[in-house]
Amino acid sequence: MRYLPHTEDSIATMLESVGAKTLDDLFSHLPGDCVMKGPLNLPAAMNEWELNRHMDALASTMCAMPDCTAFLGAGCYEHYVPTVVSNLLGRSEFLTAYTPYQPEVSQGTLQGIYEYQTLVCRLLGMEVANASMYDGASALAEAVLMAFRITRKRKVALSRAVHPLYRDVVKTYLTPLGFEIVEIPFGEDGRTDLAAIQNTSDLAAVAVQSPNFFGCVEDLTGISGHAHRNGALSVVSFTEPIAYGLLKNPGSQGADIVCGEGRSLGLTQSFGGVSLGMFAAKMDYARSMPGRLVGKTVDKNGRRGFVITLSTREQHIRREKATSNICSNQSLCALGAAMYMACLGRTGLRDLARINYNKAQYFRELLNKAGFETRFESPVFNEFVVRAPRSFEQAYNRLAERKIVAGLPLAEYYPELEGCYLMCVTETKTKDDIDGFVKEVKACLNR
Amino acid sequence: MPESIGTTGLIFNEPLLWEKSSRGRCGFSLPANDTGDYPVDPGLAGEAPDMPELSECDVVRHYTRLSQWNFGVDSGMYPLGSCTMKYNPKLNERQANLPGFTGAHPLLPPGLSQGLLRLMYDMERFLAEINGMDAVSLQPAAGAHGELTGVMLINACHKSRGEHRTKFIVPDTAHGTNPASIALCGFKPVALASGEKGILTPESVKAIMDEDVAGIMVTNPNTLGLFEENIREIAEIVHAKGGQVYCDGANLNALMGIVRMGEIGVDVMHVNLHKTFSSPHGGGGPGSGPVCVKKHLEPFLPVPRIEKNGDAYAFSYDHPRSVGKLHAFYGNVGVIIRAYSYILSMGPENLRKASQLAVLNANYLKENLRGIFHLPYDRPCMHECVFSDRKQEKNGVSTLDIAKRLIDYGFHPPTIYFPLVVKGALMIEPTETESKETLDAFVEICTVIAREAEENPELLHEAPTRSKVRRLDEVFAARNLCLKG
Repeated sequence: MRYLPHTEDSIATMLESVGAKTLDDLFSHLPGDCVMKGPLNLPAAMNEWELNRHMDALASTMCAMPDCTAFLGAGCYEHYVPTVVSNLLGRSEFLTAYTPYQPEVSQGTLQGIYEYQTLVCRLLGMEVANASMYDGASALAEAVLMAFRITRKRKVALSRAVHPLYRDVVKTYLTPLGFEIVEIPFGEDGRTDLAAIQNTSDLAAVAVQSPNFFGCVEDLTGISGHAHRNGALSVVSFTEPIAYGLLKNPGSQGADIVCGEGRSLGLTQSFGGVSLGMFAAKMDYARSMPGRLVGKTVDKNGRRGFVITLSTREQHIRREKATSNICSNQSLCALGAAMYMACLGRTGLRDLARINYNKAQYFRELLNKAGFETRFESPVFNEFVVRAPRSFEQAYNRLAERKIVAGLPLAEYYPELEGCYLMCVTETKTKDDIDGFVKEVKACLNR
Repeated sequence: MPESIGTTGLIFNEPLLWEKSSRGRCGFSLPANDTGDYPVDPGLAGEAPDMPELSECDVVRHYTRLSQWNFGVDSGMYPLGSCTMKYNPKLNERQANLPGFTGAHPLLPPGLSQGLLRLMYDMERFLAEINGMDAVSLQPAAGAHGELTGVMLINACHKSRGEHRTKFIVPDTAHGTNPASIALCGFKPVALASGEKGILTPESVKAIMDEDVAGIMVTNPNTLGLFEENIREIAEIVHAKGGQVYCDGANLNALMGIVRMGEIGVDVMHVNLHKTFSSPHGGGGPGSGPVCVKKHLEPFLPVPRIEKNGDAYAFSYDHPRSVGKLHAFYGNVGVIIRAYSYILSMGPENLRKASQLAVLNANYLKENLRGIFHLPYDRPCMHECVFSDRKQEKNGVSTLDIAKRLIDYGFHPPTIYFPLVVKGALMIEPTETESKETLDAFVEICTVIAREAEENPELLHEAPTRSKVRRLDEVFAARNLCLKG
């Protein structure tokens, strides 16, 4: 086995050195009734060629560009990943390092994360960002827990226009501790309707998402104002950070904690599995934040360097009193996001956001002409909700058979939106792609 | 100074990203804005974010230089105890980066995602087999996330029986995340000291186990590298009072094909795919911490579960007793693919061999370093061994000094000052992918360092001298907080 460097000779010498006759003897101090009898029932080892063939076969069944076209967003967006990012991120010095516990030999990771924290703050308009969380959903759950810690209250108002799967995760985190969630409904325009919580008191936080699950841009200034007037914190989450290339950032609109999913910043979709929980807050709350922080310092010779800092909040020091139990985070993904932001720069991010915005407006117009009704008349970023013509469900399935995914049916998440679909388009689709898709849809509808 | 594998190398200075920025540069190829411009509500539009502006070559040099300041497993031996920094096969990178996997949206209809559904279904079966458990969820995104999930399962199970237990037992040889995970589930951790032999005694568990205790969180092998030999008896004591046994499986690398937790009394455990199953750790993640359970805890596993009907695979959400979701989608799928690829490359015989050799390497280091460093628990160890700085202390040399001096000789230091039960601990985990020659070189360098500690302790206090930066001032960083530029 090529991953195991030991020769028979070295095994023999080493066994002698430790006073054992066979490899099995190394376990002779284990109680007999703890040692398993017989071999593991697993597939026999595959050689490189067999494994490649097997994995190629599995991968070929997956719907992915270019053989397959999906107009899906809902928290995971198809954005172009520059070759530079995947190439640099694949450098084994980044890839095969552990958590930077020894800063003198981890300055690459540490400076990279310090830069990431800085870029996140600039993107979101915040004062402090951590080194990452697992994903947008767990970041939101931790943001709500942080609001409980800061305010010492036990109730959070959570908009129904927040990604439904994120709300599920928040609920999971809150259930064992007995915290209460008050749901805020959305209005006819698809935006959070604060009227329902006008008389709700004792809130730790008002938590929304913008652009929200329906792609609608929320009035964050109004929401933050409401939260602050009621002694609550304003928590803003997001699933599409590219939007802030164009839209006002949450920090400039009064948000206290901003968290979300950073996958759009140069990471692949990977079935939802290379995620990046972004997490930022006002400086006043730095000591209440979950997760790792990298700070600037000097070395023995006075040169600039970086270390993990404020560890006294963390589980390995504060144990059960820690701000969170997170240890391994999504460090490499954070580094990738920083690389991506560095490639785009100020104008690149602006222009890219503008293109995404434009394409969604164009796509929505075209669908409207094809008989799809705009469900929410609000400004949207790169996704939006439409009510489909009656015969669309069959067309949807026919299109799926041809590897075209015509948006996400919403009834499963919102029963009142039966017949509605969440459609998404990004810079990866050309005008021709959009035109061609709408033509296909029309043809399917007319059959 | 003797010849070593480390030199100062080709190391460049490199400013921060924004210190290199020049207005008007862009390192990204923008697609055409072919659908025209639509008006944006001026009340919503903001300023362009203040991002640094760099060319592609600027970005490439920046990160290439940064990367050269990092020590990775591909650079050399990385004996961080309890972290299992084994070699990460390149073949697994190819598999995780197949376009069919990286380009897949998580909300695809099942008919368009059979490959990954099948891979994840089989991966659950593999992990169940390796650990002797009945069911698995791949959702937790890291070890601590798996711990949290596991404790939530125990919590939900007790509640479903109408029981309200308040305490959870945590031995002093447990990992640092354990008490925090317990607190997140509303339990109060109760500390338990290990016995003289460095393992738990049934008597000590019996003394604190009562009907208020929800369970015990055992790390096995523990953080002293010792197998918890009384685990069966301890499990019986805990079970007799209605509690459950959680095993932190971070140290599974010692046990593949040798011990199955599900057969020795453990009810639930998590495994770290990025450790035992050789996924690269990325400087702190992404990891993956699947949780494995016995039958009685299966109804509480996170949703979605993966189901197989005939030859078709699908996610199922209809599990009313489930604790819910812990990740927006299905966990760190990229890491799961790498671990799956590793298991298939190894097969059952080589997985067992890997554990045997990991244990051989640790015992070999223990025997060869025992004259150099103080060995507080002189017992057969599993995949790691723990020393202390007691012998060097008299010369004013600490564990930290030894660790920093190792850097000068081209080795990553071991885990230091952990576990807490050993004062000045040096926790060494060589893993099975280090050859005898590398281990011998490590021993030789440790011998040299021990001699330096006797003859010229100042060399150690000054270390590292050959790294890009010298000892960094952590106190300054915490007092003069600067978290962004």
